[in-house]
Amino acid sequence: MGASSPWKAQHIAGAPNDTAPARTDAADATVLDVEGLVTLLEVLARRGYRVLGPRVRDGAIVHGELSSVADLPRGWHDAQSPGSYRIEHTDDEAFFAWAVGPSSPKREVFPARSVAWRGRVSEGEVAFEDGDAASEQRPTALVGARPCEAAALGVLDRVLGDRGAGDPHFLKRREGAFLVVVECATPSGTCFCDSMGTGPAAGNGFDLALTELAGDGGGHRFLARAGSEIGAEVLSCLPGRPADEADRAARTALLERARTSMGRVLDTAGLPALLARNVEHPRFDEVAERCLACGNCTLVCPTCFCSTVEDASDVAGVLERRRSWSSCFDLAHSYLHGGPVRASTMSRYRQWMTHKLSTWWDQFETSGCVGCGRCITWCPVGIDITEEAAAIRRSDGARRGRRGGR
Amino acid sequence: MTAGCGLRPRPHRVVGRRRLAGDVVSLELEPLEGEPLAFRAGQFNMLTAFGVGEVAISISSAPGEGSTLHHTVRDVGAVSHALTASRVGSLVGVRGAFGTDWGVDALEAEDVVVVAGGIGLAPLRGAIEQLVSSRTRRRRREGAPEAPHPGEHHPPREAREHHSTQPRPPHLHLSVLVGARRPDQLIFEDDLERWREAGAEVEVTVDLATPGWEGGVGVVTALVPRITACEPDRSVAFVCGPELMMRFSARALLDWGMDPERIFVSLERNMQCGCGICGHCQLGPLLLCRDGPVVRYDRTVASLLQERER
Repeated sequence: MGASSPWKAQHIAGAPNDTAPARTDAADATVLDVEGLVTLLEVLARRGYRVLGPRVRDGAIVHGELSSVADLPRGWHDAQSPGSYRIEHTDDEAFFAWAVGPSSPKREVFPARSVAWRGRVSEGEVAFEDGDAASEQRPTALVGARPCEAAALGVLDRVLGDRGAGDPHFLKRREGAFLVVVECATPSGTCFCDSMGTGPAAGNGFDLALTELAGDGGGHRFLARAGSEIGAEVLSCLPGRPADEADRAARTALLERARTSMGRVLDTAGLPALLARNVEHPRFDEVAERCLACGNCTLVCPTCFCSTVEDASDVAGVLERRRSWSSCFDLAHSYLHGGPVRASTMSRYRQWMTHKLSTWWDQFETSGCVGCGRCITWCPVGIDITEEAAAIRRSDGARRGRRGGR
Repeated sequence: MTAGCGLRPRPHRVVGRRRLAGDVVSLELEPLEGEPLAFRAGQFNMLTAFGVGEVAISISSAPGEGSTLHHTVRDVGAVSHALTASRVGSLVGVRGAFGTDWGVDALEAEDVVVVAGGIGLAPLRGAIEQLVSSRTRRRRREGAPEAPHPGEHHPPREAREHHSTQPRPPHLHLSVLVGARRPDQLIFEDDLERWREAGAEVEVTVDLATPGWEGGVGVVTALVPRITACEPDRSVAFVCGPELMMRFSARALLDWGMDPERIFVSLERNMQCGCGICGHCQLGPLLLCRDGPVVRYDRTVASLLQERER
């Protein structure tokens, strides 16, 4: 695929925002019925993709291999609030009537654990073998990602892709992948993509975008749009009809309902500067009283990219350089000879939050937050980044006392 | 000029090894194959002790100073221990060069003040070496009359006989102020002497004198007001050492009359990739492996060094 993938275009051009302007209309959409969705999965598999998508596992909707539409979480809904996630089954016919689960597409392009290289030192030389990424022959097709997740991949393109000069393993996994985004009809209680401008409509960064329509009298169907040449090629293989006015109106109504049912709001006006001038705000001490520094927020975040590198060797003399996700809440993250730079929970929460919403802009010219709400849902004590930002805004300029954090 | 994220290190052979102080070892590295790695003074490499791990270490040679790469390593952790323990002939992996440099190539006629604390002299050594050799060449070429030797205003505490017998070296408009905790922790002592002989103002101080020490005692910042080879309004300053020492050095340089925009510091954070992908070197708005290690001491950097735990 390569050249025609919008993903590749993004990291060559530099960023999600400097490719073609986001198109959220559905002027030339195709309407697929459920049979069309079945065919889509078959076409992707036939084209050699490892097809991944949402599945119910361990009481959550997570990504897994899909063998057919029967694997999709049809009829499942999720209910999310700070520190709480529940799914329930109904007789709803929709496949995608839930928001987001704990896993994000991040793990497909940047696995939680990987081997950067293997090698063997002998007779005065080093023989290298490839790491994991090179041996993954089949590219991934991810079906059922959300617009906020496509935006998060765009953020990772800037961070790990570094305009084509970054992490070679990320670039390899990213370039080969095919993304089917499904627009959001049912945001959760912790969602705020509307505030971040990343959803509920799909703007760009996808190969195919689907909108699932049901219950409007027009039957159970999907509006499908291509966002890349390869997406158009795949779409042309599917049985469908051109969308009509009623289909488009149903989509507009669905997105409007989604927009007004966001569980959270984040006021982003001047937010990077607000946080930059409030690093000594007493709210950081307050949140540190509640924060367990467990790092859950960083693990579920679709843009958190930190990794730790460790070398290992076995008795046969084979060396391995391993990379694994790491968290800025971990004391070892900022370790410098002598001890961690950020020892207090206050300074670690502040690092995470100000990085997401403020200094990410300095470093990568984009927000580090896409508004998916996972950090709120999966925080064991329900710390809410939107509430923390609002609290700082309410008392802009307040300063911590000299007592310091803990 | 910073290297991309090739994740495999290039194997180099240790062709020289010298213990500079109790826990500080300087390694001289030569690539097993291919051209020597290109770099600029102030940049760093990721060094792999095979089977142990990888750490960020500054380059202490100057570009063009021979075909080997010098790294000066202090034994503080598992990987740096393995590196300092490596023998001549053994293999070390190198990735780089990464990060910003001191900008020596862009300097013209500026006076240069270098302030180093402890092993902080290592990332500065290449810059000093480059300045000494290029300025010595330029003075010779121009046949410029020799400027008054800095020592005339401020005689070095260690009296040196050859000063009276040898011809006066050219004035390099270069002051090198070096501080160490104890005399036995001073590194590059022979280089200091060579730079002094070439016409640089070199002043050395220790926090704690031990028997036999005839040099100065006190913090390195106290040397700033006594600089004679440079004028504050014509100078740029390069500072590297412990963070607290850099803060106080910057303050001393400001008090001396320097513009903060012309003070550069080299900062250190945990680094596990060198190329902006691992996220460990976060310092406020800076991703230090990419935006540093050498940064201008502007208001942002000054406040980052003052806030606790940044």
